[in-house]
Amino acid sequence: MSFFLQLVVNGVVVGGIYALVALGFVLIYKSSRVINFAQGEFLMMGAYVSLALIVGAGVPALPAFVLSLGFAVVLALLVERLVLRPLIGEPVISVIMVTLGLASVLRAGIQLCYGTDTRPFPELFSARPFLVGGIPVARGYLWGFCLSGVLLALFFLFFKLTTTGVAMRATALDQVAALSMGVSVKRMFALAWAIAAVVSAIGGIILGSIRGGIDMGLGGIGFKVIPVAILGGLDSVPGAIVGGLLIGVLENLSGGYLDPLVGGGVKEVAPFVVLVMILMVRPYGLFGTVEELERV
Amino acid sequence: MRCGGFRTTYVADDQIFETVYPKIGIAVLGLALAVLPGLLTSYWLDVVNRIGIAIVGAVGLNILTGFAGQISIGHAAFLAVGGYATANLAGREGWPFWLVLPVAGLVTALVGMVFGVPSLRLKGLYLAMATLAAHFIVEFTVQHWDGLTGGVAGMSVPPPRLGALSLDTDARLFYVIFAVVVGGVAFATNLFRTRVGRAFVAIRDRDVSAEVLGVNIFRHKLLAFGVSSFYAGLAGGLLAYQAKIITPENFPIGVAIDYLAMIIIGGLGSVLGSVFGAVFMTLLPEVLRLGFTALSGLSPKLIGAFASIREGVFGLLIILFLIFEPDGLAARWRTVKDYFRVWPFAY
Repeated sequence: MSFFLQLVVNGVVVGGIYALVALGFVLIYKSSRVINFAQGEFLMMGAYVSLALIVGAGVPALPAFVLSLGFAVVLALLVERLVLRPLIGEPVISVIMVTLGLASVLRAGIQLCYGTDTRPFPELFSARPFLVGGIPVARGYLWGFCLSGVLLALFFLFFKLTTTGVAMRATALDQVAALSMGVSVKRMFALAWAIAAVVSAIGGIILGSIRGGIDMGLGGIGFKVIPVAILGGLDSVPGAIVGGLLIGVLENLSGGYLDPLVGGGVKEVAPFVVLVMILMVRPYGLFGTVEELERV
Repeated sequence: MRCGGFRTTYVADDQIFETVYPKIGIAVLGLALAVLPGLLTSYWLDVVNRIGIAIVGAVGLNILTGFAGQISIGHAAFLAVGGYATANLAGREGWPFWLVLPVAGLVTALVGMVFGVPSLRLKGLYLAMATLAAHFIVEFTVQHWDGLTGGVAGMSVPPPRLGALSLDTDARLFYVIFAVVVGGVAFATNLFRTRVGRAFVAIRDRDVSAEVLGVNIFRHKLLAFGVSSFYAGLAGGLLAYQAKIITPENFPIGVAIDYLAMIIIGGLGSVLGSVFGAVFMTLLPEVLRLGFTALSGLSPKLIGAFASIREGVFGLLIILFLIFEPDGLAARWRTVKDYFRVWPFAY
């Protein structure tokens, strides 16, 4: 039983980070119908930039954190303006491929600067694990979990209460109608990308400090976010959170119980098995809009 | 004097070669290819063989993605299935290569059709995600089903034999690979002059209209997955013969992305485009490498950075092509050709 609980608690806290990254993924999809396959690379960018600031330039942790989020915003705005905007209205495959191309470019850039070796990442959180009901949990994961909770609440309020938030929802619902109401759709797209880059960068920094080191493998999380987003519903912000927690728990449970049977690696593939099942049974996910999906 | 492409009969519209020049060009190219193995060093022969394999794979992916409009990020997985089928049939069972390759293709076609089933309910980016999941599931299976695939250690593949002759050198393998290339390209070109091929295009352009016109969408989508995976199986089989040892490392997700890049840079929905794309994307790293060897006197550090520069250039090319020439090299080629064909009276 304690093994089970341990797996579940670990899954929930890892899921918090997935939820955070999926949040950005869903925001971009919701506002501009773009699947961002470079989400994992944005995450890596955040981690490497803060590494460069803290270790390379000797900036204290908190300013470095803020600066790397600022960098993420600038990068996302550039990408949106230079790469995605010329492709508005192009077929799905072009948009998918352009984000895959973008992922390659970002990865190459990081590799050129840092090589492929694992770089030690400064510990931002105390290494002493925190006890949740007697089960030890890494503090970083707990921070990630709490942070995604806070961010979810903030986003919820943002979409409900602020003019910009309402404008973003309007853009997601109907671009032409939003335009005629005086909403700058371009600004909304840019904003979605900026928010996505910020949450990914936060995820990257937290992950980096939990693992104690960062390497190119960090970008792999970009693919794992896809089952998360689909499970929750591709156009649902609360769905991203629930999906993240579910996938986190599920991959930990399946890894914990099935790995001894087949010799490891179940954790990596389980989310994708779930993905296929959801796509077959309920492709709009748990909270997604049903009419949203064009069925064959 | 011609001043445009005016066709007045269906036969004329269906022609593969409108003028005599492509026929001459292909004859010259064929002759050049026949003597090529004697002229090249073994390194460049290896490159040419890889180009041939890439052409087969790219034509297959273009049939599915470019012509039938079903996005697939799972092509590397299908190559893997073909490769491991070949390794098992040739290595363990000792079948001759002319039997192994088609059977490997059929096995892959079957697997491809299974993963094509989601396409019956999904399209667009949802289908892309289903094929992405297929990739990771196949990759996991390949890594863990030790009895069938040899796990992470991989499997060795014996060289193909033709009677008493062992096709163990790149020069001999060249003829096998290019026989498959010629057959594959010819089949694909003709496929789109038939009812099935046109049905693929109709489904891509507007599935509802296609159904109204009497195209059975389910069957044709599955068929598109089948044909495409058959090509992938052939390419994977050839890859296995050429590499001699295959491991899961041969088929990472990056390979699927490379193939997608080939058909986008070459031209979606164009057989010739797939050939252009495959040649371009395989030669590009070699040209880059040559450039780097020339520069390495200046800075030995650059050599270490080569892998990342290659990836960056690939990514940049994908982005630039999508923004500035979304129809790819094939469209460029057509423009140039038309210019000369109707010169000096272009309308």
